Amino acid sequence: MTTNQIRVRVAEVETVAAQIRRLKLVPIGMSGLPDFSGGAHTILSIPDGERTLRNPYSLMSSPYDTSSYEVSVLKAAESRGGSAFIHDKIREGLPITISAPVNLFPVDRRARRHILIAGGIGITPFMSIMRQLEHDDVPFELHYGMRSQERGAYWRQLRETYGHRVHIYFEDQGQTIPLKTLLDGQPLGTHVYVCGPSTMIDWVLNGARDAGWPAENVHYERFSAPPPGTSFTVELARSGKTVPVGPHQSMLEALEAAGIDAPYLCRGGACGQCETRIVSCAGAIQHNDHYLSDAEKAAGDKIMICVSRVDGSTVTLDL
Amino acid sequence: MAAAMLSRPVYPGLVPDMHAKHNLIVTEGEGAEAVLDLATKTSAEFFARTTILYCTAGSAAKDHETALAKLNPKHLWVLPSLPTVMFRLKGVLATADMGTRLYAAGTEPFIGSVIQEALAAGIDFKSVVTEHRGSAKRRVQCVHCKGMTENVTTNPVACSHCGINLFVRDHYSRRLGAFQGVIIDAEEPGSAPPPEEIYR
Ligand SMILES: Cc1cc2nc3c(=O)[nH]c(=O)nc-3n(C[C@H](O)[C@H](O)[C@H](O)COP(=O)(O)OP(=O)(O)OC[C@H]3O[C@@H](n4cnc5c(N)ncnc54)[C@H](O)[C@@H]3O)c2cc1C
Ligand code: FES
Repeated sequence: MTTNQIRVRVAEVETVAAQIRRLKLVPIGMSGLPDFSGGAHTILSIPDGERTLRNPYSLMSSPYDTSSYEVSVLKAAESRGGSAFIHDKIREGLPITISAPVNLFPVDRRARRHILIAGGIGITPFMSIMRQLEHDDVPFELHYGMRSQERGAYWRQLRETYGHRVHIYFEDQGQTIPLKTLLDGQPLGTHVYVCGPSTMIDWVLNGARDAGWPAENVHYERFSAPPPGTSFTVELARSGKTVPVGPHQSMLEALEAAGIDAPYLCRGGACGQCETRIVSCAGAIQHNDHYLSDAEKAAGDKIMICVSRVDGSTVTLDL
Repeated sequence: MAAAMLSRPVYPGLVPDMHAKHNLIVTEGEGAEAVLDLATKTSAEFFARTTILYCTAGSAAKDHETALAKLNPKHLWVLPSLPTVMFRLKGVLATADMGTRLYAAGTEPFIGSVIQEALAAGIDFKSVVTEHRGSAKRRVQCVHCKGMTENVTTNPVACSHCGINLFVRDHYSRRLGAFQGVIIDAEEPGSAPPPEEIYR
């Protein structure tokens, strides 16, 4: 939804590692930005010619300083435009629009102890989470894996700030996170969090299950954008409108481009906010979300329009 | 603590979690029958890594401890009363780790007490596997004097502390392990309807 939008100015741009840029955003026309908790993200609206790309980025600055926000963006190898624009076109001083923060990756405040596992750019939500845990004086440890010294962001700074609580692993030096040792024998009330490549998230989820951990104590956030597909048409049952969706476009983006406001929060298939009822569908539904259960996906009467699409000609939505 | 006030809890039944490294089953009286039923859904290896705490004082206790012993659990502790079970449970949880899964079977107040210990040990209540067996009696907290009345089978019920007539609501506090009782005849004392035995 395009309400809750905030105008900010890019106050600093810094390359912090190979292909990773940090942006500092300060409010325009107000003294501070909305409060957030560790793990929250904001959605950056990125102008790209005719269209607007809206990508979620985790807030990595301190939740106790809302005079500015900071995000770090990895230039995606096959960027459709969003992260490439941030790397190639964003300059200090540029005004942009962001959404009020949303947190789909909060820490469990009842936890006695937190184990944080990050891979590559997946470090970003933990940057604000660690500030919060330090502030609340809750025990935590970070295990942060990256390809190499050059490609990893913030690891020196994290070591300095948090000392022995930070464990760094460089893949090119053959170092790996000792997952099994980490998970075995942890006292009750320990929670584990993972953010990184999808394969790493699955590795941790399976590892925790095999170590006998209950699902309630295992948390993750996926950054992955869905794969492209083929063109199709969305028909809106209530308004009677017809909207074309391109191969590199999500249904949500296509609706927005047509001036239709549909609800969203994460734009990553995680929160459930954009769940839409399917009236009829000529084609196969490609569910790319992490929200609906397997049974709901198989039933085929609901779709998350931020990430899922149709391989076929037309889908009619209850909108 | 608004989040602790929840309506009627559900107890989906004991299902084995085969991934857990250790199991801790806490049961009373007829709850033992739920454990015997669980045994038909799982293997001997499951019980080889299971500790059972059994309270004989539960409702309609038969000689269930013999049947439980035949499951060959790693440990079986037979204890005489709710306080002795909870004391032992606290001790076991103090050294348990994240690979441990907790199961509770018995009456609602019994499960409520187990969940209270679980919460105190840092376990999320959603990961406790529960099954309601035996009487439907409730533990009720009087919202006026805060006293707990045990073994409530009627509605309304007289508070065992301050004596006022309480209407037993379906409002449940996980933190207290009790239902909420609210005065029923405030307008006109003595006008309460006769107690009906509904939580048998
Ligand atoms: C909660 C969350 C937090 C994130 N935090 C960070 C972070 O801190 N740092 C970071 O670098 N990245 C983060 N990401 C990833 C980030 O949002 C982008 O996905 C990433 O930058 C990819 O960039 P891109 O250049 O490929 O994006 P784009 O080229 O702009 O494309 C990605 C977006 O386009 C849409 N899209 C693209 N192709 C299709 C298609 N075929 N069908 C349907 N929709 C499509 C999706 O909406 C997708 O989100 C986060 C993601 C999520 C969900
Ligand atoms: S906006 Fe969150 S699932 Fe689509």
